Amino acid sequence: MSTQTLQPTAPAPRTFGAPVLEASGVVMRFGGLTAVNDVNLTVREGEIMGLIGPNGAGKTTFFNCLTGMYKPTEGEVKFLGTVLPPKPRSVVKAGMARTFQNIRLFGNMTALENVMVGRYCRTNAMALTSIIRGPKYRREEAESRRIAQEWLDFVGLGHTSEHLARNLPYGDQRRLEIARALATDPRLILLDEPTAGMNPKETEQAKDLIFRIRDKGLAVVVIEHDMRFIFSLCDRVHCLVRGETLIEGSPQEVQSDHRVIEAYIGQPDEDEEEMVAEAHAQDEAAPSTPAATDGRMKEDRA
Amino acid sequence: MTTSSSPAPRTKTAVGNPRPSPQWWLTLAGAVLLVASAFLSWCYVPALLGDLSIDAYPGGLQMLMVIVGVIAIFFLVLRSGRMPSMDTLLDSARALKALSATAAGFMVLVALVIALQAPGLANANPGLFVGIVGAALMVAGSWQMASDPLVDPITVRLPSWVEILVIVVMMTIVLFGAAFALGQEDGTVFCLFLVFLGGVVTALARGGLFSWISVIAARHRQVLMMGALAVAFLFPFTQNGSDANMSIATQVLIFATTALGLNIVVGLAGLLDLGYIAFLGAGAYVSAMMSHSAFAHIGWKPPFIVVVVIGAIVSSILGLIIGSPTLRVSGDYLAIVTLAFGEIFRLTVNNLDGNNGPRLTNGPNGIPGIPDLEIGSFNFGDTHTILGIPLGRFANYYFLMLVVAAFIIMVFTRLNSSRIGRGWVAIREDEKAAEAMGVNTFGLKLFAFAGGAFLAGMAGTIKAHQDVSVTPDQYIFLESAFLLAAIVLGGMGSVAGVLVGATVLKLLPEKLRFVADYRLLIFGLLLVVMMRFRPEGLVPSQRRALEFHADDEDLADRIEEVHLEIAAEPDPAEAKA
Repeated sequence: MSTQTLQPTAPAPRTFGAPVLEASGVVMRFGGLTAVNDVNLTVREGEIMGLIGPNGAGKTTFFNCLTGMYKPTEGEVKFLGTVLPPKPRSVVKAGMARTFQNIRLFGNMTALENVMVGRYCRTNAMALTSIIRGPKYRREEAESRRIAQEWLDFVGLGHTSEHLARNLPYGDQRRLEIARALATDPRLILLDEPTAGMNPKETEQAKDLIFRIRDKGLAVVVIEHDMRFIFSLCDRVHCLVRGETLIEGSPQEVQSDHRVIEAYIGQPDEDEEEMVAEAHAQDEAAPSTPAATDGRMKEDRA
Repeated sequence: MTTSSSPAPRTKTAVGNPRPSPQWWLTLAGAVLLVASAFLSWCYVPALLGDLSIDAYPGGLQMLMVIVGVIAIFFLVLRSGRMPSMDTLLDSARALKALSATAAGFMVLVALVIALQAPGLANANPGLFVGIVGAALMVAGSWQMASDPLVDPITVRLPSWVEILVIVVMMTIVLFGAAFALGQEDGTVFCLFLVFLGGVVTALARGGLFSWISVIAARHRQVLMMGALAVAFLFPFTQNGSDANMSIATQVLIFATTALGLNIVVGLAGLLDLGYIAFLGAGAYVSAMMSHSAFAHIGWKPPFIVVVVIGAIVSSILGLIIGSPTLRVSGDYLAIVTLAFGEIFRLTVNNLDGNNGPRLTNGPNGIPGIPDLEIGSFNFGDTHTILGIPLGRFANYYFLMLVVAAFIIMVFTRLNSSRIGRGWVAIREDEKAAEAMGVNTFGLKLFAFAGGAFLAGMAGTIKAHQDVSVTPDQYIFLESAFLLAAIVLGGMGSVAGVLVGATVLKLLPEKLRFVADYRLLIFGLLLVVMMRFRPEGLVPSQRRALEFHADDEDLADRIEEVHLEIAAEPDPAEAKA
């Protein structure tokens, strides 16, 4: 398929399907700190929604509320019309998959095995079946292998299927994470800074990939700092500042809003508050930084 | 023999090692002298070190030097460029250096033992000095040898029958080595054997044989498994009905089987279980209470196969009770709770004697006099003669445990390479990410825990009959620690590793009774050394090796290379299966 023709150049002429995700009045408090305050977000089928905001605006926290990592203090998240239990596993099973801001691949597994882990929730071979290995088990295993390989091909990593994830270059690791999320057969995929640390060429490839994902009929939510990327990619953009919705609209509307520019450049008298927000952002990111993860794993082993 | 890089050796032999180099001749002379010395008498005193006093009839220790000499001659022939396809695979210089050092060390130790125990070197015969001179010549000759450039073993493909032959030969050596080691009653001889074994293994490892064999083994997994099973099966036939050795072998096998079960919990799911022995004990007690022992207080005596199932289920229910509250939180809590569970189990069986609770276990006295198993008309207490070789009581239990071990290995490998195994790896790597990808982390951990308990309970029911009596002091924390040590020593998540670890930990104390008082000290030191130099264990699974060396790029590249090579050319036997 040719993706160039699908890129929206003018104000989106596209029409979208039924709402996939409806978050209403989501509030997330950590003690006295309100990280997300009364955010409403609706994502429709076939839509690419951008989520922007300065550091510490609560984008990742909001993501975690959507995907069941956190239980929102107030408000509710409806996915395909039902409120999901705040458990990541049920959320994935219902059809919402995500990637991480800091790549969280299973480094010592091959690329193919990583994607096959994504198939876990769509297969159901249990212990006895796995030990006896009847025809049904083998069929299911071959099927998940085939689907995993297809997703690898889809993101352009088909040739690396037997390589260890940790040996892949950085850009490929990002794409592998997307393939792993896609393998869970989602209706909605949430990408947390998919182009962080990428060069312009890789960013362009990532954009192309996201369009292709959208063309598969998925809804996409993207967190990104790269404004050029987000405004050329998204159908709608939602801007968060200090946990609150600043504006939501088409890329053109958001781009021209002076408050968005102010929020990014900052105002002198708000320095202090920003520092607080930033400090919180670091706290929030800490559990997911690679160093912290390593530390925890070593502890587990000890 | 054909290799993918046949031109390389020719150029190398032309430039590198011309055969008549003086070093080569010197080493050859040393090796020949060493072999010759084995056919002479080393010592006047027949009672010392086996019997080294007979001419032209090598005693056990002298045979070891024949082996060293023959291996050295083999490497010398390689070095002369006669076998180009092997020459590029093996680093003969490094191997010869290690072999010479082994021979010299061994001969000096023998001389020392003779000097101290005979007593006096006056009791030594000329053969000993011939051997020492031979070893010295080997050291002198090999010391300055230069290593040759090697090719990567994964790029070399010998015909597959050659590779399978290598596996078979290796297995045969393991069989006879094990039989020989078990046959040594004398602690000093056993120690010298360990020196020999350590030296030869080092030499072969330095020569690159093991990295080659590991590639072959990865290519022919099934052949390797069948070979290992055949060796284990044939072992009792080498023992000529000796009950003492078979008893040790059976204990090693029970220990290894239990450790394999624990390795599912520790090695695959990554859970630290410090009370695993309690699950073995639960199975053993169930079996004892339902046996025909006069001290068993349960009236129902079902057939043994039912007892096995009940023992396994009781164990796994205990596992579920312990696991379900603790597995929801992180690793450390589980370790503490399992530690406590092990103690609770011991105290409980100590007290269920009718005074403090129901009369089930006879308290500290345990349940003695458990009769031998009888399956159909086959009584495990009887001696059966097959092919003229008597197979006694312990051999019978050995075979039964072998079946159980094979079953657990099958469960282990199949789970490891299934959807569940991938889930476990994902949990070990990054539990949060695994959860976010839809892996049922709690369920998988609980399954590993209860499944491990199930297998331990199963092994326990047989252990009760093999041990004749079941008492609380067989199931103490120290045993759990030993099981864990076997896994850490051998290699987490690896079947071969655990078998090696369990054999080392169970066999050494049996054979080294004169250091029995220090065995905990020695194991402690051994583990500390392992943690420092080889945290992934002696024979680790590749994934575990990667996990322990998160920053080692070379290792990751290397393992990937092997993996790609094997993936590209699947073993025909594997493809069929």
